[in-house]
Amino acid sequence: MIWNVVSWALLLSGAAFVIVGGVGLIRLPDFFTRLHAVSIPDTLGAALISAGLIIQAGLSMVALKLLIILAFLLFTGPTATHALAKTALHGKLAPRTRNPEKTP
Amino acid sequence: MSLLVLLGTMAIAIVRLNRLFAVVILFDIFSLLSAALFVSLGAVDVAFTEASVGAGITTILLLGALSLTSKRQRQISWKRHLPAILITVAIGILLLFGLSDLPRFGDPEAPAFGPLYSRYVFGSPHEIGIPNMVTSILASYRGYDTLGETTVIFTAAVTVLGLMVRGSGARTWSGGGMDHHLILRINSKLMLPLILLFALYVQFHGDYGPGGGFQAGVIFAGGFILYCLVFGLESVQSFAPAGLVRVLCACGLGLYILTGLCGMLLGGNFLDYNVLAHDPLHGQHLGIALIEIGVGTTVAASMFAMFHAYAGYEPQA
Amino acid sequence: MNTSILFITICCILLTMVLALYRGIRGPTLYDRILAVNGFGTKTVLIIAVYGFFKGRPDFLDIAIVYALINFISTIAVLKFFEYGGLGGFLHGPGAGNP
Repeated sequence: MIWNVVSWALLLSGAAFVIVGGVGLIRLPDFFTRLHAVSIPDTLGAALISAGLIIQAGLSMVALKLLIILAFLLFTGPTATHALAKTALHGKLAPRTRNPEKTP
Repeated sequence: MSLLVLLGTMAIAIVRLNRLFAVVILFDIFSLLSAALFVSLGAVDVAFTEASVGAGITTILLLGALSLTSKRQRQISWKRHLPAILITVAIGILLLFGLSDLPRFGDPEAPAFGPLYSRYVFGSPHEIGIPNMVTSILASYRGYDTLGETTVIFTAAVTVLGLMVRGSGARTWSGGGMDHHLILRINSKLMLPLILLFALYVQFHGDYGPGGGFQAGVIFAGGFILYCLVFGLESVQSFAPAGLVRVLCACGLGLYILTGLCGMLLGGNFLDYNVLAHDPLHGQHLGIALIEIGVGTTVAASMFAMFHAYAGYEPQA
Repeated sequence: MNTSILFITICCILLTMVLALYRGIRGPTLYDRILAVNGFGTKTVLIIAVYGFFKGRPDFLDIAIVYALINFISTIAVLKFFEYGGLGGFLHGPGAGNP
């Protein structure tokens, strides 16, 4: 069935994005760059995986709960990373820049 | 089994680490792994409770306690504690011997599969009639044990309040919020109604799926704690004042006991739900609903009161 | 075929969780560790949802929603602890936590 293939494609691409985010968490040099690596591919991967699972579940209570999980992750993920970045800036953590004199 | 190895490693790390903040985070992940272990064993209700209580509320309460003490553990010399170490090792060896006597996992001859098993598993659909067998055992067949558990939570709240609240008791909450985190404040305001709605869903859905009073109470308290963290402790003064929350701790337990006493007054035993309505089945449903509400109220109020005891603590200075 | 695709997804998310754990242990600053734990929690929510489909029991989604909530609240509590030195906020004043 075509819907099955679409769901598998979504699941696998979601998993690929999540792995990219994880690799970024290891390889990127600075805390603020790692913040990008966790929140952005994570949220996109969650959206793709949830979409894949919703297609598999059909129109039912399970799909509604998956939508709620997705909405929740979309709300809280970026909020938490934003709060974390603000706290780090307040804690005087300086981002890594090219010219060491020009720190904010 | 890799989960068990991970759990063991975390336990050793928790004991050996000096920085208490890292210990709190490790406790968080330890509870999460325990919840994963329960999920892998098929115990969904227990995993639910462990994830919400262990990974959520306990971390927050430990952080609150940590803010009142020093950040590092004092060095302890093991020589001073040698008798304690020997006794612990001896008891551990005895426990391991006892472990070898336990029946294998899933053994049909085990005591868990005795006559009580047939009574609960085969009798529950007729006598109680709710789909979730865990709730029927927890709330009806073993209702007295659940009364004991609720009393334990109430006692914990009373103890924390007795230790942390000074003098005649704080009449109002006091403490600050995260004032310059604008996006966090807006999002918390947006999410709070959904969190409370979800808590109500878990409370009343406990008959049909994983859920029930304990988990719902924790989620309810979690929503209020989020609001207090972001907006400051005074923000809930108008609708959840200190006195009311403390009274609610006792009210939930009181509702539970009253339900039991009603059973006695109507002619049955203590906590006998069959006599509560015109029909035993409806009586069971009514009884389970009432005690779940009682449990949810006590748990929510207790967790919230304990959070405020830690967060609003003002040193005598 | 369906179960194998779900299994591959679970393995990928597990691998990312191990990477996040590595960053949580190695992270030079404290904020790296908080970030790693937050990411770990988000991946846990995803893995519970996919595992529920893998086993054919959709009850697990309730646990996923609860854990998404708990993860968020814990992260905010830890942030407040480090920025204000306590959960109540007025113990030492803003900017007083020690990373």
